[in-house]
Amino acid sequence: MATFETMTINMGPQHPSTHGVLQLVLELDGEVVVKATPHIGFLHRGVEKLSEHRTYHQVLPLTDRLDYLAPMHNNLGYVLAVEKLFGLTDAIPERAQVVRVIMAELTRIKSHLVWLACHALDIGAMTVFLYCFRERETVMDFYEKISGARMTSNYFRVGGLSADLPAGIEQEIRKFAQEMPGHVETYEGLLTGNKIWQKRIQGVGVISAEDAIDLGVSGPSLRGSGVNWDLRRDQPYSGYENYDFEVAVGDGCDTWSRYHCRLKELRESCKIILQALDRLKPGPILADAPKVCLPPKKDVVNSIEGLIHHFKIISEGPKPEPGEVYVGVENPKGEVGYYLVSDGSPRPYRMKIRPASFINLQALPKMCEGSLIADVVAVIGTLDIVLGEIDR
Amino acid sequence: MSVQAAVDRLKAQFGEAVVAVSEFRGETTVVVKKDDIVAICSFLKKELGFNFLTDLCAVDYLGQAPRFMVVYQLYSIGAHQRLRIKAAVEEGDARIDTVSGVWATANWLERECYDLMGIVFNNHPDPRRILMPSDWVGHPLRKDYPVQGPDREPYQGRLQ
Repeated sequence: MATFETMTINMGPQHPSTHGVLQLVLELDGEVVVKATPHIGFLHRGVEKLSEHRTYHQVLPLTDRLDYLAPMHNNLGYVLAVEKLFGLTDAIPERAQVVRVIMAELTRIKSHLVWLACHALDIGAMTVFLYCFRERETVMDFYEKISGARMTSNYFRVGGLSADLPAGIEQEIRKFAQEMPGHVETYEGLLTGNKIWQKRIQGVGVISAEDAIDLGVSGPSLRGSGVNWDLRRDQPYSGYENYDFEVAVGDGCDTWSRYHCRLKELRESCKIILQALDRLKPGPILADAPKVCLPPKKDVVNSIEGLIHHFKIISEGPKPEPGEVYVGVENPKGEVGYYLVSDGSPRPYRMKIRPASFINLQALPKMCEGSLIADVVAVIGTLDIVLGEIDR
Repeated sequence: MSVQAAVDRLKAQFGEAVVAVSEFRGETTVVVKKDDIVAICSFLKKELGFNFLTDLCAVDYLGQAPRFMVVYQLYSIGAHQRLRIKAAVEEGDARIDTVSGVWATANWLERECYDLMGIVFNNHPDPRRILMPSDWVGHPLRKDYPVQGPDREPYQGRLQ
């Protein structure tokens, strides 16, 4: 009787299609993957440990660096959790809520554009990469004008926003949101009818809805398997209940289905942005809670109360009552949640981040075992992982 | 079924094993005994619809007894409800049964919990470290593990 031997090969951590420092050890039978073992942790920076030694305001910049393709979404989840811990959830002004939604959806577009660009590039469609990065650059410009940074935005604050929108940006965002669906059509024109693209992703990376839920997969990766669940609609935060949008669901359970889900989400995000711009009215951008929220600079330099509050918040930090909260938000990649435990001190006693990419990556062996080695690259692309969030 | 109804059914089913129920900011937390954790989690999943394990972690209450709390964040896709389950784990016997047979998600989450907090999960299918190197000594998220690392002097501040 002939004996079969499998071959073990190593993919990553230095590999262009592993989207960062992901190492996969693949056991192969010819070209078929028998076993895939992800190794992670190369980018572990100990964000949860560091956060226990910072005040609630000082933790915020650390959250930018988790999913660096969607920094404002990480900020949003964190500030919502802190606001809930301080009992400020209902005190956030309308304008701050609407701006948060606009920025969150711009971030979703930005993140999905990187997904599409890299996913297509990995599979061999280079042109669409250049188109996606062109539009992403527009969003990056918005980021820069609004927050001052292209990636580490740190724009939201506990209680509202760090600054109001600069003059004239609303028209620019409106123009972008009106034009973006046309760009999505361009991408579709380049990919959807393309025979190579179809062959590479149809029926690849199949995962059933039951398996996906069991493995904790969330976001578009789960909706591509036919599960109609979106936290923006089902547990609304930041006033998402006021917007009219459809949740993109596909029933193919494969990479093709997830591709269509994310493209639809790009269009829906544009719809939400346009609705939010219509709702945007002048008003305060920070909750009226001076003992918790950092005061605006003009109050710090012009009023004694502002100066004292600023001094107290910076030197000591606001103290929530003891308790624990969990807030999950719908990140472009899935549910990102923050679990905060307070012991009444000005620092989080424990902060646990629920990383969407970490948990989605766990489904990778299930999705690529039994398929060809070339499909592993497609599966990594379709899971839309970012290692900064996986390793924390 | 409301969260309250789910908690009532849990109490009716497990009685003594449900130690405490608390609510904070609209979130319900149930503390249970660790010996029954697998049975309780299976019941929550199969009978009460909490089909999605959102997150799993441990909290180190250094200086208190029992020292650790293992925390399970549950979600029900369908009813859209959240429930938090906690189980106390003593320092001298920092072990709890794995729930990776109930939700496959728990596999990596428990590995992370072991890696960073040093909780051992009985019958875990793959009990390796996940974020730290495999030869790492210690569990960094424990409160008695220094933030600057085990082999460096504590940071004294810039003024000294």
